[in-house]
Amino acid sequence: MASITQPEPAEIELPRSRGHWRNVWAKFRKRRLAFASLIIITFIYLLGIFAPVIQTHDYQATDLMRTQQGPSAENWFGTDRAGRDIYTRVVWGIQTTVIITITTFVTGSLFLGVTVGLVAGYFRGWIDAIIMRVGEVVSAFPDILLIILLAATLRPRIVEFARNVEDSTGISGLVSSGIVDYVVIGIALLPLSWFGMMRLVRGQVLALREAEYVEAARAMGTTTPRILFRHILPNVVSPIIVSVSFGIGAIALSEVVLSFFGLGVQPPRPSLGVMIGEVTARGGASVSVLRDHPEQLLAPIIVVWLLIFCWNIVGDALNDVLNPRAR
Amino acid sequence: MLAYILRRLLWTPVLLALAAFFVFLMGTIAPGDPAELRLGNRATPERIERERERLGLDDPIPVRYVRYVAGVLRGDFGESYQYLGKPVLSIIGPRLWVSVQLNIAALLVAVAIGLPLGFYAAKRQGTGRDPAIVITILILYAMPVFFTAPFLILFFAVKLSWVPAAGWGGFFSPQIILPALTIGIPGAAIFVRHMRASTLEVIGQEYIRTAHAKGMSNFVVNYRHVARNALLPILTIMGFTLAGMFGGSLIVELIYGIPGAGRLSLDAIFQRDFPVLTAFVLLGAGMLVLANLAIDVAYTIVDPRIRLQ
Repeated sequence: MASITQPEPAEIELPRSRGHWRNVWAKFRKRRLAFASLIIITFIYLLGIFAPVIQTHDYQATDLMRTQQGPSAENWFGTDRAGRDIYTRVVWGIQTTVIITITTFVTGSLFLGVTVGLVAGYFRGWIDAIIMRVGEVVSAFPDILLIILLAATLRPRIVEFARNVEDSTGISGLVSSGIVDYVVIGIALLPLSWFGMMRLVRGQVLALREAEYVEAARAMGTTTPRILFRHILPNVVSPIIVSVSFGIGAIALSEVVLSFFGLGVQPPRPSLGVMIGEVTARGGASVSVLRDHPEQLLAPIIVVWLLIFCWNIVGDALNDVLNPRAR
Repeated sequence: MLAYILRRLLWTPVLLALAAFFVFLMGTIAPGDPAELRLGNRATPERIERERERLGLDDPIPVRYVRYVAGVLRGDFGESYQYLGKPVLSIIGPRLWVSVQLNIAALLVAVAIGLPLGFYAAKRQGTGRDPAIVITILILYAMPVFFTAPFLILFFAVKLSWVPAAGWGGFFSPQIILPALTIGIPGAAIFVRHMRASTLEVIGQEYIRTAHAKGMSNFVVNYRHVARNALLPILTIMGFTLAGMFGGSLIVELIYGIPGAGRLSLDAIFQRDFPVLTAFVLLGAGMLVLANLAIDVAYTIVDPRIRLQ
């Protein structure tokens, strides 16, 4: 009987693999426009995060001797009709946008959307049917109307609840600090953020659950949560990243729109939407304010526009880099 | 195919009933007692109690929901709180018509700019013009309406005085030009993107090469073979775009002072006129669902190869 002699495992020098994400990053960096966009986004977000440090004034300090001023050394972007410094209000407005986009994305899209999508796609059957029907009802509404309706009806209830909590626990400043506004906006934006992500993940999982390596894992007795999060989720990460980068611009815009209508962030807390609304729509004198002081609109609008534009470019590039077949 | 349409038609009322239930629940969560709002704050508790009874506000929620839906089916969305005693539909109707006209004008702008430009960009792929168009379109698409609206007003109405800055004079008045452009330009960007992609797809097909090989003129190939087939997927997008425009038109109506549905729904929010607001959301949902169904059906008519399951 010829014994099978095991050959000595040769020390083969494999070419050092750079790893998937290093490759993706290298490819992404070669796209100059997308890379520049990412730098702009980072810069804007840093402005928002460091708003308390880089402000030149207090965001609610009014100076009635210096209203509607143009840009100067004292007020870099000028002052608004109450004499508040526009530069300071813009950086604080960015902070509002940053907080809201991140919180809605983490709770709605990443947590709810991904988990529900994994469950619906993996278990199928009646769980999937119910989830999809609920999603269909939610997406039957025109986005902006649904968001406005939710914000309008829920705000008084949530404010009331927060006041009660303040009274009974002695914690103060819950309402005035703007936390309540964030909660209201977060809940109102939830239907917009979870369903798209859910459908995307579900579709991917429906295909992946039939893959052989998933079957192998199941045959070895791997627990369901482990299959979902260790075997399937890592393979869905690419489309999730693309979807997030496209979605962040939309979420940021929705917050601006809500605040523009006076349903989002409440004064005195600055928001880009509030600032735009004050110049274009409030008080009925829109055209005259606009005609005499269009420069007040410039800073907040350019920031909003840059954010949306850059996220779109980054999303496009990531889509090309991460899903090379989808073209 | 027929079974599919039937199934969709049967599911649509269920979908709308669920949507109506959700909207109705929001109305009950909404602050303010309708009876109190109707009578003003000087009414005695007894009168408020009688009014509550008359409106049936003390009944359990399922009963009230069934009554609400029954009313909606008869075209009765209840009475507005803001304009006392007026049925909601008589307030919404004329305003909605204004918004519909505005959105149709905007869609015309979007289609008229978007489709030819997308087609052109695809035909010029590989030259400098294609990326130039794509970048321009991305820039325009990201521009929020509160940027384009003030800019257009400042330039065309204030500086050049070509068109009126604000107001509403019907579909054929010059006042519609600026708001229609404001809504239509981002819409056009969407059409360029999709038209370019679908044209590129069609150009690569074998039958296009065959058509050229047969010696057909470029014009005929472009318009009869390429453009017609490239337009197919655009149909679907048109429905979504119209729905998206409806959202955008809220802001535009506010900035231009147009007495449309957006203006009214905003007033309804601040006056806590929930019957009006819920009616709006419900009508919007109904239009969206029916539009999607119509598009699906239209799709099968335009392209007989598609068999809906």
